[in-house]
Amino acid sequence: MTTNTSLAPGPSTRRRRVSSIGFRVFTYGSLILIIAPAAWILLGVLFRALPHWRWSVLWTPLTAAGGGLRDQIIGTLLLMLGVLILAGTIGVLAGIHLSEMAKLKKNGKPSGGLLRTGSDILSGFPSIVLGYVGYAALVLYFHWGFSYLAAVIVLSVMVVPYIAKTTENSLRQVPTAYREGAEALGMSMGYSLRKVVLKTALPGIVTGVLLALAIAGGETAPLIYTANFANTVPHSLTHASFPYLTYVVFSFYDSSQVQYHYLAYDAALILVVMVLILLVATRVIVARTQRHAEGARTRTRSPRKPPKPGPDEAVDLVDLPLPR
Amino acid sequence: MTSVGGVAGDVPATPPGRPAPRESPFRRVADMFRANEEKGWRWSARVAVLLPLVALVFAITVLAIKAWPAIRVNGWYFLYGKNWTYGHSYGATVHTNGVAHAAGAQFGAWPLILGTLQSSFIAIVVAVPLSIGAAFALTERMPSWVSRPLGFAIEILAGIPSVVIGLWGLLTFGPWLAKHIYPTLASIASDLPNVWPFNYFRQPVGTGEGLLTAGLVLGMMIIPIIASTTRELFVQVPSLPKEGGEALGMTHWEVANRITLPWVRSGIIGGTVLGLGRALGETIAVVLVGGASLHIAPNIYQPFGTIAATILSQLDGAQADGTGFAVATLAELALVLAVISVGVNLAARFIITRTGRTGGPVGTGA
Repeated sequence: MTTNTSLAPGPSTRRRRVSSIGFRVFTYGSLILIIAPAAWILLGVLFRALPHWRWSVLWTPLTAAGGGLRDQIIGTLLLMLGVLILAGTIGVLAGIHLSEMAKLKKNGKPSGGLLRTGSDILSGFPSIVLGYVGYAALVLYFHWGFSYLAAVIVLSVMVVPYIAKTTENSLRQVPTAYREGAEALGMSMGYSLRKVVLKTALPGIVTGVLLALAIAGGETAPLIYTANFANTVPHSLTHASFPYLTYVVFSFYDSSQVQYHYLAYDAALILVVMVLILLVATRVIVARTQRHAEGARTRTRSPRKPPKPGPDEAVDLVDLPLPR
Repeated sequence: MTSVGGVAGDVPATPPGRPAPRESPFRRVADMFRANEEKGWRWSARVAVLLPLVALVFAITVLAIKAWPAIRVNGWYFLYGKNWTYGHSYGATVHTNGVAHAAGAQFGAWPLILGTLQSSFIAIVVAVPLSIGAAFALTERMPSWVSRPLGFAIEILAGIPSVVIGLWGLLTFGPWLAKHIYPTLASIASDLPNVWPFNYFRQPVGTGEGLLTAGLVLGMMIIPIIASTTRELFVQVPSLPKEGGEALGMTHWEVANRITLPWVRSGIIGGTVLGLGRALGETIAVVLVGGASLHIAPNIYQPFGTIAATILSQLDGAQADGTGFAVATLAELALVLAVISVGVNLAARFIITRTGRTGGPVGTGA
């Protein structure tokens, strides 16, 4: 990297042309090297599962002779539900605090640096370590045994920082004018948060929560330490091992019975389909809100002049309908 | 409207025709809710934001307590030793420093620490250039109707559960590499001088379960993280400097290398460290693909182990130790991994704050 400050000759034209073409080949090549394995995985999962696919996998329970994956699917969905309730509440509230309530310090930076650092470190924390902590503290010390509750708590701790981060980011994108307007109308802080700020930021928050659910549903290692595995969904929150799909993929593929291999492939396909549904849902949400945003922008950009009210038809502010 | 200038007492509180509103319990609850709503938001948010910090402190405390006996017995050998044996499970129990453990038990985690660093290094070496290249292709060179679906494909790669990627790596990708790629690589390496980086690539290539396969699979898993971060950063680079560069006759490569990349350097470091954190802690895919060995891989194709993978794969073996010492050793392993991950995270924050100037003059490398 020479710094050409004078008229000294730079690299030759040929070298520049070669480097330019090389750069183009590199960018397209790396794109292909990323997309190809992704497609390979998806097609591989599909073609391993399809030849032996039976729809009854979805509604028959797992038995010693094979059976289906009904309780494992329900178990994964129940784990997601638990994470939605626990981590969703805590994460969204934490995001609200970081964005709306952390006061500015004297140097103009938002406070809560320690909280944010802690949250960041936790989000980079290896999930297996959290799983071990859950095993040592919840399963053994609290005597909950391998259980649904321990699994949900560990998964929630894993995704809370993620939800908090996405919530904070989408709350920050709410225009300040909305908050000021709400305050000018005399709304209390809580009311304006509920009716104005959160409502505007909702698509971003929902997107973050859905992605967090996808992460939680696809997790295996901490669940082996906290939920163990079971054939059927238990009727108790504690003291009962809990079924979920990822364990089927992890441990059934090298079983001695071939019908268990098929179950592993089926579970992989079901997991991928679940993740795809969640991802498409986030896309739909983002697309819908973007469409609204673009519509609003084009409307303000259009050079349409506002009609001037005549002297006789002065606009009566009181009669204008309030936007709901 | 109410009378504005009236004096209290002149005007009756309720119009004469209407009866006074009765105090219903619902109304009272609603009033109480309304009066305390702000307080409720503030307190619940304050508690919620503290919980991650509490969880972090709790996790590290639990690990330290659980690992303490193991730390006292294993000593520094844990960090440099290469031997991992549970000792005689059914033999006499031995006491060292007041801690009971099986006779002959010896735990050296250096192969696992090294394996963690090696596989993450391979993953980073593979993932960073590919991610940056793909992000360039997606942001600078394509119409949005092409780049949007391709971006979604990368997002899908991020969402595929790691156990599914691991199974694919074990059943499909690894054997394919061992059959088609590794022999070529090994034969090239055998023509190169027999010194360190080259002789690590020599024969035998094995079955595809091993260090290089695991590193490549980990690379695939962290590519979406780095690529999406980089892509967002590239979009934020203002177009005026880039257009200025093009107008001066710079090639695309020169614009990328001298304007775009320096502009977003610290952000790329941040994204890379996020990916590194995931690679260091990834468990299930490495258990499946890496061969779950407890020894240093003799060459890059052979089975190895990482800390995270060993915590999972050795759980059953450790629970067989009646003294509970092996489980404590797993806690020490988890503590080492936690320290590495926290250290990487803090180092990244330090680097980002040091180099975190954005929008500096073009060419100074913001």
